[in-house]
Amino acid sequence: MRDVAVIGIGCTRFGEHWNRSFRDLFVEAGALALEDAKLSGEKIDAMYVGNMSAGRFIEQEHIGALIADYAGMATRHIPATRVEAACASGGLAFRQAVIAVASGMEDIVVAAGVEKMTDVEPGASTDALTGAADREWEGFVGATFPGLYAMIATDYMHKYHMTREQLAQVAVKNHYNGARNPIAQFPQEITLDTVLKSTMVAEPLRLFDCSPITDGAAAVIVAPLDRAREFTDTPIKVLATAQASDTIALHDRRDISTLDASVAAGQRAFKMAKLTNKDINMVEVHDCFSIAEICAIEDLGFCRKGTAGKFTADGETAIGGKIPVNTSGGLKACGHPVGATGIKQVCEIVQQLRGDAGRRQVENAKIGMTHNVGGTGATVAVHILGRV
Amino acid sequence: MTVARFWRKIPQRYNLEGTKCTTCGRHFFPPRTFCPDCRRNGKIAVHKFAGFGTIVTYTVIQTEPDHFSSPGPYVLAIIKLDEGPQMTTQIICDPKEAKIGMRVKSVFRKIATDGESGIIHYGTKFVPGE
Repeated sequence: MRDVAVIGIGCTRFGEHWNRSFRDLFVEAGALALEDAKLSGEKIDAMYVGNMSAGRFIEQEHIGALIADYAGMATRHIPATRVEAACASGGLAFRQAVIAVASGMEDIVVAAGVEKMTDVEPGASTDALTGAADREWEGFVGATFPGLYAMIATDYMHKYHMTREQLAQVAVKNHYNGARNPIAQFPQEITLDTVLKSTMVAEPLRLFDCSPITDGAAAVIVAPLDRAREFTDTPIKVLATAQASDTIALHDRRDISTLDASVAAGQRAFKMAKLTNKDINMVEVHDCFSIAEICAIEDLGFCRKGTAGKFTADGETAIGGKIPVNTSGGLKACGHPVGATGIKQVCEIVQQLRGDAGRRQVENAKIGMTHNVGGTGATVAVHILGRV
Repeated sequence: MTVARFWRKIPQRYNLEGTKCTTCGRHFFPPRTFCPDCRRNGKIAVHKFAGFGTIVTYTVIQTEPDHFSSPGPYVLAIIKLDEGPQMTTQIICDPKEAKIGMRVKSVFRKIATDGESGIIHYGTKFVPGE
């Protein structure tokens, strides 16, 4: 296998883009990534795009070809493939691009992610997202996504006695980081009270425990490491790519508040990179709900099971703490355009490793990790990236 | 949902008809047609569940999805059936009453309606009790 590097990144602002379409968003992200890599489109050999549900959100399928076409690649007939794994679609698209380059099959490959979620009524977007769980045996009986994660939270708090205040600190910390990220949907700092007094969605989760509905797109360009310096002075090496699956329904899991797919993907990634969690300088985890970040940092081994609430409340996951988590603001504050999230995580880690993260920069960042979850943990993609 | 999609699962949704692997004895609800433990050596038979279980975890849904029949907040839970498997279901009770470890039994109830003129979805919910 060849070593692979990220040579370019681009991300739209995340938010409610009333005046901009699905196509506008991914074209902007792709153009930003090409510009960043100082690359012209003719050099692109293949594209992978993560997208969960354009069929439900904008009644458009066949996203691979659409993106290649509007990115100006139609006459070059490059292979363009849509990758879908619900909220982990972006992470899987990145992994496919890395595999394509590592195998020697392709040289310069775009991994993109895009979701346009606000072109349907809120009820319709919530229902589309329910398709990431088991429609027949979860959605049908009245499970919503917040409801499923709320049941994880109930189980977790019952077993480990995490307080409601500790859980709320996840959102407070992520908004603090998001307020320092120019692409964030909600770049506002909040207090513990903001979370604790927000509308109850599914007990014990309140509105400020939940990531928002977001429009946005992100793109990265990968190339063989030995060619990377043709395009950039700061190539970022892909040290590991890992993916794992688990039961589609939460009720079939071994343990309700452990995502075994996170554990498996994390272990595979550390093994591939020949690293441990102590080597990681910062991690972007999939905080679709505050409880998801709590589980993630335990499942990836950054703290012991049952201790993530205290770990978070003690500031260990803040910038400057033991392991900064979600310096981008995470899904909570940066926003969660489902298919784009996994790619945005890579963009954030690359910015950190280049030293380009501005007011949210982690000092002396050498190695970073991304963790992207589909559904309630039926798919997990984990990547480790490092400075060369 | 089309009538056929709903209709083909009526025995499972109305009567908790699951399956069982007669090779290893493991029960499945929701039903599976392939035993993950015995794989191709598994023999799957229909098994009607008794309808008793225990709450493993729960939440109170305050923002209900469209078309669901519950007036206002409802309790959503994962329960462990006495035969072994776990399932997601609604619990009909005062939301303050729900707790982990509570015993529940199955009842036949309306779940949702498919729009104004679509079919009514019936199925199984649970109530507190032995």
